[in-house]
Amino acid sequence: MSDLVAALDPERVQVGDVARRLYSRDASVLRGGRAGVICFPVTTAEVSACVVAAVAHGRDFVVRGAGTGLAGGAVPCDEPVMIVLTRMDRILEVDESRRLAWVEPGVVNLDLSRHLGGTGLHFAPDPSSQQSCTIGGNVANNSGGPHCLLYGVTSAHVLAVEVVLPDGEVVVLGNEEGDSVGYDLRGAFVGGEGTLGIATRICVRLTEDPPEVATLLLDFMSVGAAAETVSAIIAAGMIPAALEMMDQRVVEAVEPFVNAGYPTDAAAVLIVELDGQPAGVADEIMRIGELASTHGARSVRVAADEGERERIWKGRKSAFGAIAVIKPDYYLNDTVIPRTKLAEVVERIYEIVEEQDLIVMNVFHAGDGNLHPLLLFDAREEGVMERVLAAGEEIVRVSVAAGGVLSGEHGIGLEKKRFMSLQFSPADLEVQSRLRAAFDPDGRANPAKVLPSGASCGHVTSLGRLPEGTWV
Amino acid sequence: MTVGDGRMEAFRSEVGDSGAVCVRGGATRWGVGGGSAGAREVSAPVGIMALEPAEMTVMVGAGTTLTELAGELAVHGLEVGMDGPQGSTVGGALAVGRSALRRRRVGQIADVLLQADCVGADGVAFTAGGPTVKNVTGYDLCRLLVGSLGTLALVGRVILRTRPVPVCSVWLAGEVEPDLVLEATYRPASVLWDGARTSVLLEGHGADVDQMVETLARLGLAAAEPPVLAPGRGRWSGLLPDGGVLEVGAGVVHQPDDSGPPIVSEGVLNLAARMRASFDPSGRLNPGRDPYSRAA
Ligand SMILES: Cc1cc2nc3c(=O)[nH]c(=O)nc-3n(C[C@H](O)[C@H](O)[C@H](O)COP(=O)(O)OP(=O)(O)OC[C@H]3O[C@@H](n4cnc5c(N)ncnc54)[C@H](O)[C@@H]3O)c2cc1C
Ligand SMILES: Cc1cc2nc3c(=O)[nH]c(=O)nc-3n(C[C@H](O)[C@H](O)[C@H](O)COP(=O)(O)OP(=O)(O)OC[C@H]3O[C@@H](n4cnc5c(N)ncnc54)[C@H](O)[C@@H]3O)c2cc1C
Repeated sequence: MSDLVAALDPERVQVGDVARRLYSRDASVLRGGRAGVICFPVTTAEVSACVVAAVAHGRDFVVRGAGTGLAGGAVPCDEPVMIVLTRMDRILEVDESRRLAWVEPGVVNLDLSRHLGGTGLHFAPDPSSQQSCTIGGNVANNSGGPHCLLYGVTSAHVLAVEVVLPDGEVVVLGNEEGDSVGYDLRGAFVGGEGTLGIATRICVRLTEDPPEVATLLLDFMSVGAAAETVSAIIAAGMIPAALEMMDQRVVEAVEPFVNAGYPTDAAAVLIVELDGQPAGVADEIMRIGELASTHGARSVRVAADEGERERIWKGRKSAFGAIAVIKPDYYLNDTVIPRTKLAEVVERIYEIVEEQDLIVMNVFHAGDGNLHPLLLFDAREEGVMERVLAAGEEIVRVSVAAGGVLSGEHGIGLEKKRFMSLQFSPADLEVQSRLRAAFDPDGRANPAKVLPSGASCGHVTSLGRLPEGTWV
Repeated sequence: MTVGDGRMEAFRSEVGDSGAVCVRGGATRWGVGGGSAGAREVSAPVGIMALEPAEMTVMVGAGTTLTELAGELAVHGLEVGMDGPQGSTVGGALAVGRSALRRRRVGQIADVLLQADCVGADGVAFTAGGPTVKNVTGYDLCRLLVGSLGTLALVGRVILRTRPVPVCSVWLAGEVEPDLVLEATYRPASVLWDGARTSVLLEGHGADVDQMVETLARLGLAAAEPPVLAPGRGRWSGLLPDGGVLEVGAGVVHQPDDSGPPIVSEGVLNLAARMRASFDPSGRLNPGRDPYSRAA
């Protein structure tokens, strides 16, 4: 503690109960985390000093951005030093001609895009949480978003990262241009969920704004027909910029808020965004319209202007806000399946949820097979969390059995650690632990996360299992 | 690993668990990073194992040549964002880790690899990554393997992301600054500059390409043969060496000879050394090669 106060301004080192409670959880359903001292460094040197002080006192450290993670990546186990980066929020440099920017990790995703307004460039990863999540968090979770279908998830947009390694040393991984020199340590670091070190400066790739954008709304009388349309679009060799699905429950919930004109009697709608140059976009609008009709779409609406486009997207992006009206709590799962299995697996999810007597809303990145079943519940209801977790586990099992993976963008954190062996053999996991050990030989960086072999975190449980009012 | 694939098991047992060993691909880049140094040479499985146009993925033996793969994919109007000289293999191109000339359109080579079925230094088979186009489950071993020159694991079989072949593509060239060409085009597939002339590869829908061709004609660019590039590579430092051609935006110079070792900080070299030792404690995988001996 005194080492930390000496390294940082005392006002930026906190141990009060309120702060410790605040930083004991993230946006996941996990509760019962225990934060130690909380630090708010503002420079790389201070981050390094925090790490050195933690390790010198035999403490683990956990780095945190905005705390919007959904897998418990930033949930502290056994009172680690918490390193919160929200005050490292400067955009350091924008190089328009080379299409890159250097930012500090605490920069909020949307703030970078706003800052770039008028340059004709943008930062492509657009998680639904972009109003609050940090770019450091995006890098750590290799986050995605609707437009990552065409443009790729965060890793494809990170050129270089300055990292404070778990021994306090500072290295720059990657380079501003081109392929890696030697090992792609940058690529290995991205998606490390805070277990490989701390990103303190990030060089991101900026993407040209497309000259032409078209947003389509397709509506279907069955989820299966919508899912088959998704597969057909991909099979026809088209990769839209975004391809999202919302089921009836989502549409009904959001329509009153946004008045986008979504058909509330449709079983599912697809939002398809096409971008690029005018002729290519026009051609794809036509081909997708035809495919949709052959697969039973009731209507295909092409947004006539920017206002209509925005309304269509607003509905998609406000889905999380709208659900609060239905139930106070939600558990958002995240798995990926082969795109050809969409119809089958989505049907199965409805059955699973039915069996557990829960409510599910499906709003997800259909184009890359990334499912996001959103289970709604009221944590005050006796025994409901058990049913939520049972449904969640079954969804993961069904996804893996269909040839899919545990997570497409939210990461493993604490939430899915125990499922790692569903997807990976002991040998696979052993090799992953070798990567981790090279970065963090002493296991000080967020040790309880990602790999099942890591430290356990017995005091963390799921929402609803704790006595009422234990944590706010 | 998919159970029952005899070729993978044969590859594993060929690699074994002792003695210096490396994979020989097409040997088009055999001297890169230092050479085999007498290590036992094994071959990776050959052939396309599962082509799924509707998933836009392909599972292929790492010993398959890029040409054979491209031929199969073309039947379905697909391609992979990889490139290499005649005879080079999928595994070799990934191990060397150099992005295709069309990287501005097809992306970096690191983004092509979804899953790799490998044999580690201990002779044990393992899988890195996963079969789906989106996946953040666990650590990104695939990215670490790309460009590792076979020093961390030997790759037997991979799943790659495919993409649609562009409808139309055309090379133009003229004596113009590359920045002007970039301003006048949208996502050109490649922009090359030899110090005087800029060459640009345009791809997309026919009418869109025609439109850009027209715009560029006004700047003085005309249709041209694809440029012939020297076999060596160096990193762009602000000056073009004799006979060098800059790949604009990629930081790579195509030049007669490879340039010398890059400048890398000691911290990075230490981390890399820990990585290599962690994956291959006895130093049996490609002992003669060092990924840090080449600049680009
Ligand atoms: C409503 C809602 C919608 C969401 N939508 C999406 C979506 O569409 N796509 C998507 O991918 N995710 C989504 N998420 C999940 C989440 O927003 C992302 O994972 C985000 O990138 C996390 O950023 P953060 O700053 O909140 O990180 P935190 O939650 O603070 O941390 C997440 C992980 O990153 C590590 N970390 C944070 N900063 C650093 C750093 N500088 N260096 C190293 N490690 C670090 C932490 O240790 C932790 O393991 C959503 C979440 C919510 C609540
Ligand atoms: C635009 C572009 C232009 C290029 N131009 C040239 C050029 O002109 N001339 C040229 O020589 N190269 C060039 N290259 C590099 C090219 O990628 C490689 O030469 C080639 O693909 C290597 O394939 P190979 O099968 O011949 O590998 P090899 O030469 O057989 O092997 C190269 C290295 O990879 C390792 N390796 C091979 N297969 C495996 C495996 N399955 N698992 C683990 N390690 C493996 C080998 O052990 C060795 O270290 C170019 C690349 C690009 C992108």
